[in-house]
Amino acid sequence: MTTPTTEADPNRAAGHDAAPKTPPAEPAPPDSFTQQFLQNLWAANTVTVTALAVVLALIVGAVLIVVSDEDVLATFGYFFARPGDALSAGSALVGSAYANLFKGAIVDPAAVADWIGGDGGWQAVFAPISETLTYATPLVFTGLSVALAFRAGLFNIGAQGQAIIGVILAALAGFLLPLPPVLHLLVAVVAGAIGGAIWGFLPGLLKARTGAHEVINTIMLNYIATYFLTWIIFQEGVHDPDRTDAISRPVEATAQLPLLFGSGLRAHAGILLAVAAVWGVAWLLNRSTFGFELRAVGANPDAARTAGVSVTTTYVLVMAVAGALAGLGGANMVLGSTASQLTPLVVAQIGFDGILVALLGRTRPWGVLLAALLFGALRAGGNQMQSVVGISLELVTVLQALIVIFIAAPALVKAIFQLRAARAARLQTNLAKGW
Amino acid sequence: MSTTTVETVTAAPVTRGYWNRHRKAGAGLLAAGVLAAVAFGLLAGPQIARFTFSEDAQGAALEIDGVTGAVLFGLLAAAAGAALLAERAERWFVGLLGVGLVGFVLSFLCWQISVAPAGQNFMPVVNMVRGTFLLALPLIFGALGGVLCERSGVVNVAIEGQLLMGAFAGALAGTMTGSVWAGLAAAALGGAFISLLLAVFTIKYLVDQVVMGIVLNLLAVGLTGFLYERLMQTDPQRYNQAPHFGSWELPLLADIPVLGPALFRGNIFLYLALLLVIVIHFALFRTRWGLRTRSVGEHPTAADTLGVRVLGLRYRNVLLAGVIAGIGGASYTLALYSFTKNMIGGKGFIALAALIFGRWSPTGALLAALFFGFADQLAAYLGAINSVIPSEFLAMLPYLATILAVAGLVGKVRAPAADGKPYLKS
Amino acid sequence: MEPGEIHALLGENGAGKSTLMNVLYGLLQPDAGEILIDGAPTKIRSPRGAIRAGIGMVHQHFMLVPVFTVVENIMLGAERVRGGLLGLLDQRRARAEIVEVSQRYGLQVDPDAVVEDLPVGVQQRVEIVKALTRDVELLILDEPTAVLTPQETDELLDVMRSLKAVGKSIVFITHKLGEVKAIADRITVIRRGRTVGTASPDASREELAAMMVGRNVSLTVRKGPARPGEPVLEVSGLVVEDDRQCRVVDGVDLTVRAGEILGIAGVQGNGQTELVEAIMGLRPALAGTVTLAGRRIDGQSPKKVLRAGVGYIPEDRSVDGLVKEFTVAENLVLDTYDLPPYASRLALRPAAIAQAAAARIAEYDVRTPSADAPVGTLSGGNQQKVIVARELSRPLKLLVAAQPTRGVDVGSIEFIHDRIVQERDAGTAVLLVSSELDEVIGLADRVAVMYRGRIIAVISPDTPYEEIGLLMAGCSVDGDGAETADARGSEESA
Repeated sequence: MTTPTTEADPNRAAGHDAAPKTPPAEPAPPDSFTQQFLQNLWAANTVTVTALAVVLALIVGAVLIVVSDEDVLATFGYFFARPGDALSAGSALVGSAYANLFKGAIVDPAAVADWIGGDGGWQAVFAPISETLTYATPLVFTGLSVALAFRAGLFNIGAQGQAIIGVILAALAGFLLPLPPVLHLLVAVVAGAIGGAIWGFLPGLLKARTGAHEVINTIMLNYIATYFLTWIIFQEGVHDPDRTDAISRPVEATAQLPLLFGSGLRAHAGILLAVAAVWGVAWLLNRSTFGFELRAVGANPDAARTAGVSVTTTYVLVMAVAGALAGLGGANMVLGSTASQLTPLVVAQIGFDGILVALLGRTRPWGVLLAALLFGALRAGGNQMQSVVGISLELVTVLQALIVIFIAAPALVKAIFQLRAARAARLQTNLAKGW
Repeated sequence: MSTTTVETVTAAPVTRGYWNRHRKAGAGLLAAGVLAAVAFGLLAGPQIARFTFSEDAQGAALEIDGVTGAVLFGLLAAAAGAALLAERAERWFVGLLGVGLVGFVLSFLCWQISVAPAGQNFMPVVNMVRGTFLLALPLIFGALGGVLCERSGVVNVAIEGQLLMGAFAGALAGTMTGSVWAGLAAAALGGAFISLLLAVFTIKYLVDQVVMGIVLNLLAVGLTGFLYERLMQTDPQRYNQAPHFGSWELPLLADIPVLGPALFRGNIFLYLALLLVIVIHFALFRTRWGLRTRSVGEHPTAADTLGVRVLGLRYRNVLLAGVIAGIGGASYTLALYSFTKNMIGGKGFIALAALIFGRWSPTGALLAALFFGFADQLAAYLGAINSVIPSEFLAMLPYLATILAVAGLVGKVRAPAADGKPYLKS
Repeated sequence: MEPGEIHALLGENGAGKSTLMNVLYGLLQPDAGEILIDGAPTKIRSPRGAIRAGIGMVHQHFMLVPVFTVVENIMLGAERVRGGLLGLLDQRRARAEIVEVSQRYGLQVDPDAVVEDLPVGVQQRVEIVKALTRDVELLILDEPTAVLTPQETDELLDVMRSLKAVGKSIVFITHKLGEVKAIADRITVIRRGRTVGTASPDASREELAAMMVGRNVSLTVRKGPARPGEPVLEVSGLVVEDDRQCRVVDGVDLTVRAGEILGIAGVQGNGQTELVEAIMGLRPALAGTVTLAGRRIDGQSPKKVLRAGVGYIPEDRSVDGLVKEFTVAENLVLDTYDLPPYASRLALRPAAIAQAAAARIAEYDVRTPSADAPVGTLSGGNQQKVIVARELSRPLKLLVAAQPTRGVDVGSIEFIHDRIVQERDAGTAVLLVSSELDEVIGLADRVAVMYRGRIIAVISPDTPYEEIGLLMAGCSVDGDGAETADARGSEESA
């Protein structure tokens, strides 16, 4: 885990880091063919498994698209008479949906052709990537938040609430403080991190002091934060005086993250911050004494305590740091190009999506980055799919949930085949806990 | 030992601190009561506060001068607190606590009503009670589903998803068949579908129960949202106009003053919820199924050594929980509204809070759900009379209360011992 | 086994008694061999099958649901119901049956008490009643007296006699000689998974003790005479409670000097674990003091205790000693990761950690594919060597070694023993806790026998083997066999 190459090579990290979580302690008895197949599949590569999960999810998504389309359903009415009609109508719809998903997320060949032919600008070519990066940025932060807590054996469902408090403080700093350009942005970003840290510190402290389970408390704090946001938007000095609906004043331009590629594309400096955060968390986890404590507490709190690590202090600190990360994610939602004003839904679902991202990234920092990019791509592509083909963006949420479910399944199949009984429980030290 | 002299070791006496649970609660109540009497009394206006036993300003009413009421009820709360602090009445702890809290709330209401805009210095009690129950309905169903799951050792954070799936399936099937009953059955199946996934993945594949619950919530949000936009939004006539259950007036009971119009002119879901609370409470504590369920949630190994099939029972109860929560979701779409995207909006998590606050018991969950429903209804009422109290802070109340409960500041909350732990034969 | 017989299974901890009985009760499946019931080979696949075959078991760790009442616990799995499909619990009938059974055998239980509020002895009675209401013919009692006070033990023996009188057979698992002699009809002694012999209760205590502890494995420890110096560890009047608020360390006084090994002998569960945890700062002491070279260390955090120069080999390496997911190198610095040279301020120094790991692996002959292999993939002996290497590579004033060679292969045992002796010769005080009597005698310079939370004797390791065995079983050395130690044994604290 401390191999220095981990930081250097993100592609390798995702595949390499996830494997040692369940060391192949002893070769399982060579039972059935399926068992062997599954084992080999798993051993092959985490990337393979992830790719398979994505494919499976897309297949289920295709089925959903087909069964929910009235025109296609109509052709199924005479399915047995002319099955070709139904199949071609269905596959045409799915094909165009997924084609647009791709075009919106990565690159649109038409735009490339236009650019080469001199009819279009380069912006159109990079627009999809820019969108993907924009959507991925906050997810990197919330994903890191959840992943970091996971590694310490804590389940931070509160990234949503932490992001909300983060967005509030960042926005307040963004339009209430009259500061010069660079400093203003810095203060706003730090304010976001502090907001999140406070909201993470609370459940950490409650767990350390009273043993109250962080899952319950973070869920509750999410909703408290949500109501606090809707309240504060209407307060004087915060609310936009020209509007009657729930929207705040805009963040000053001095506090906004600069756009990376000019005004045509939305990608902003937040992504650089996100990559820095990934690097920072990777360093913290693998190279710092605090990371050592954190991982020891997460893997075996008894041994950590025996070796002199204060488990309770670690819990509190981890939750505060995780909160700060989620708070940064929240800050991105109002300092970046997504929005510049507080609204009740300003942070969208980034906290909950962060949980999925952390699971998909196998709780490894560079894995989280890749997972966030995948989710960002799905979201960006989903927009195009919605506007062009008219397939609801909600399909993306379904796909995301399905991918994680499919990821979870083989891991457990493995757990059952390879590790018996009580040892399987230990396997899940990172995840499994009661209230 | 040869080298040491034997000392007389005085055992450290176990000192029970002065500040036990009752005294803490008493002190808190005393302080709150005095604060209420002084602050609310000063703030209260000269108007008469009326609590009308009807749905509007008409009819019989309790009337009290705002200032007098605020002071009087505040002092009542303080007195209850003082009694607890003095440890005069340990046996009446729950009762006194209840009196104290009610006193505090009434003191608060006297203040609020007396300063309401002219002509609105009344609170329609029937409305409040009915609204409380109405808002508590999905919470009751959800929390009951939670009780079944968690009493048998499976943490259920997927209540939100079960409610949502039930609401959706009920609306869809109800509209397509035109039958409320078919809708109800579909709603039960919808909830059970989420439960099935939860059960298979957590019991068979040992996925962490909380992780799975969270993922399933997102799946339900996505799935229902997607199908809503694809089907219901494009063609609401065909997919999203489910028939609604009418209200059933229960003879005799409906004539009870206040409670009658508030409770016994409701719809099937209200009666079903109350019935289920009683049935599940009875079943859990009085039947073989209940005994085994509780044993599986507390000490599965012991149950196993006595021949109880642990995993089978868990499967069954988790599925049943989905059925109940699914019906709870239908209480929206088959009685009140048509389906909208993400219409449960966090009620599933309040249901989880009610379950914890109600200490994993059906009746406790009912009371907690009603308390949360009341907070909700109160927020609506205060909004209507332009109160200075922000409704958002009242809406936070359930969540705050749960945090305090879990932290052990309000009584002792103990989950079933094996809750959340997968059972593996050694 | 014959009807109406009390058959004692005698053996040290870890001898395989409980495993044998768990097989009989269907909790574990045998790899080979068969079970005969009434002459017919029977396969017992589950506890359900065992109950059907008329076998009941009182587990060492009670199988009772703490928050249930006595009636509920006894009913569970064999509920009396009415109302047909509704399955309403018939508490009245169940209660009547319980009262009937408890009166017949003199087992007083309050059917409506909540189990977790009952003292341990009564909980055990509930377990026995539970078995009896299921009409068992053979009752297995697994270490039933381990948790009982002398009075409760006497009561239990009475109950066993009355059960025997009505023709029930009992398997009585224990390691306490006095009880065996008092009640058993036949005695089978088990050691290291094998039957070493049967005896009649007329056999002398010395004979039984010899059979139980054995002498066949002679572990030779090369060591010279000790040169004890100043007292390093002084424990006085230490009182510690376990997780269930039972006072399991009840006024312990100890002194360990520099350059000597003090071995604590005793049957497991007599407070050794809690004593060690209290010394290490892992468990609060209710009373008494612990000083290290004159400085108080009680009430300090584990980190402070470790940093004061105490090395610790915990008794359960996989729970407390190692983080299995961590690499060998990381485990080797588990309690020094934040000190130079392994860290500079907040950052770890992987190069220094790797360098140290390579040196330790070579020095302590840890067989591992690499320093970066997860420690969980190593064999038990090599895992233990990792812990020993870690602890002994710091400058120590005191080494606390709890069960340092449990589950370790013979080669590693010898190596670890040599290392401990070396540490002693370097002037470190060593506190050795082991339930292997051979180990204590072979290694220690003085032996303290711990029984029921107290040190009942400090003796020389040259004391005759049988005598130590008797002490461990709670009999005084010079007495006439009466269990005088029990007289001052622990009362269950409230």
